[in-house]
Amino acid sequence: MKIGTKFYPLFGVLGLVVVWYLGVLSEIVDPILLPSPGQTLAAIYNGMVGGELLFDFLRTIERTAYSILIASVIAIPLGIFLGSSENLYRSVEFVVDFFRSTPASALFPLFLVIFGVGDQTKILVASFGAALVILFNVAYGVMNARETRLLAAKVMGASRFRVLTDVMLMESMPQTFVGLRNGVSLALVIVIVAEMFIGSVDGLGYRVINAQMLFQMPDMYAAIFVSGALGYGFNLLFLTLEKRFVHWSGK
Amino acid sequence: MQVKPIEQRDADYLMDDAHVTIRGLSKKFGDVVIYDNFDFDIPRNKITTVFGPNGCGKSTIINMIADLMPRDAGEILINGKPVRETRIGYVFQNYREALFPWLRAIDNIRYPLQFLNLSKAEQKQRVDKLVEYFGVKIDLNRYPYQMSGGQQQLVSIMRSLVVEPEVLFLDEPFSALDYEMTLMMRDQLQKVFMETKTTMVLVSHDLEEAIYLADWVLLLSRHPAQVADFVNFDLPRPRHADSVIDPHFVEVKASCLETFQREVRKG
Repeated sequence: MKIGTKFYPLFGVLGLVVVWYLGVLSEIVDPILLPSPGQTLAAIYNGMVGGELLFDFLRTIERTAYSILIASVIAIPLGIFLGSSENLYRSVEFVVDFFRSTPASALFPLFLVIFGVGDQTKILVASFGAALVILFNVAYGVMNARETRLLAAKVMGASRFRVLTDVMLMESMPQTFVGLRNGVSLALVIVIVAEMFIGSVDGLGYRVINAQMLFQMPDMYAAIFVSGALGYGFNLLFLTLEKRFVHWSGK
Repeated sequence: MQVKPIEQRDADYLMDDAHVTIRGLSKKFGDVVIYDNFDFDIPRNKITTVFGPNGCGKSTIINMIADLMPRDAGEILINGKPVRETRIGYVFQNYREALFPWLRAIDNIRYPLQFLNLSKAEQKQRVDKLVEYFGVKIDLNRYPYQMSGGQQQLVSIMRSLVVEPEVLFLDEPFSALDYEMTLMMRDQLQKVFMETKTTMVLVSHDLEEAIYLADWVLLLSRHPAQVADFVNFDLPRPRHADSVIDPHFVEVKASCLETFQREVRKG
């Protein structure tokens, strides 16, 4: 029985495919709007093996990766800096929370005017959204560093700077990874939406909207599933990194 | 800085060859006066244990000596110098939150050495000596979270001793451990003391433990804390499980308990 438990997720997938098939067979949904699982799988395969879908998939990865990189480079040091002084963070907390709550998609027109319709805009809007999520988490991670650990470092003779680098920084790591995971899923959402915008010529968002306009439903479903897999993959990647670099998290 | 000369002292628990001198110490938490113009001397090369009613300021005093907590007034000197200019060790009650979980046990122990300007060889020698003292049989390449509570606290104690501190402070170090482990750790600590003669100040909420480990027991009153009694306990070391039924132990314990109960009733 124990070996069986790891196959449990397969039942859900199987269930979904069965319901999907039944939907197609019973023609509850217009067959044009809902291709069969087989057709969709074929579209994914054809697209990913030497097709255009693979290229779009890679373009979206590239944009999301740049976004998260830019966001991290800015937000992690800034978060540590702001979090190291509670008063400082309290002063900027409202501004951070306000923009964190602002849908980043509302900023597209502004960024389009400033940076034009190229890749820059897509990457920067996604970076903006992700950076605030990361910043907030890093700052909280630093602020919630265990008091005893800070005192332990101090009593052993660590300077304030060393307490920051040796203890606060390490203490903030678990929360930083929470921020990175949330940040990367937000960045992916924004990148895909941005790719649906005017002026886009590639990316999974472009592939979805393009297939829809051409009424190539299997291709559209294929692009949607590949986007889902990408989001899931990013999450998995960061969870793996977290396990490796923050091995003490939750212990 | 000068320590108040002996003729100006008014209590018989102040001594000439003190290791830590506390003069005019005052501390308030909000409106609650914990210490008010408190004077005390901690003897050199002895274990002094601190015992008293809940909330009387047992931990507060070692935190102020170790400069982990600011004081409102007064002067605290270790060997005539402010604490910042001395090497001290401090063992926290909560070992789980005091150790660095991102470092292996051995690297936790090494951590404070980097602030001492020692060569690599000297650092290694320090650690090796310590491991030998304790007769450590645990795998120090593990991370703290892979160890039992007692092992973690042992690592904590080793980390505090590796710098060869002038004074070692311990804040209820064994109170989170099970009884069996507590007994073992008391004896480990006693062994280290007999080897090194490091001045130790140990806060305990367990009177039996306070006496068992002590050369001197400092009994504090309810706040504002005063010295309710300062009791010498000179049963030869090493003490062992049977020591607690030694007539001298029983006598000292009875006397301490009486003082303690008198202080508790006052509140």
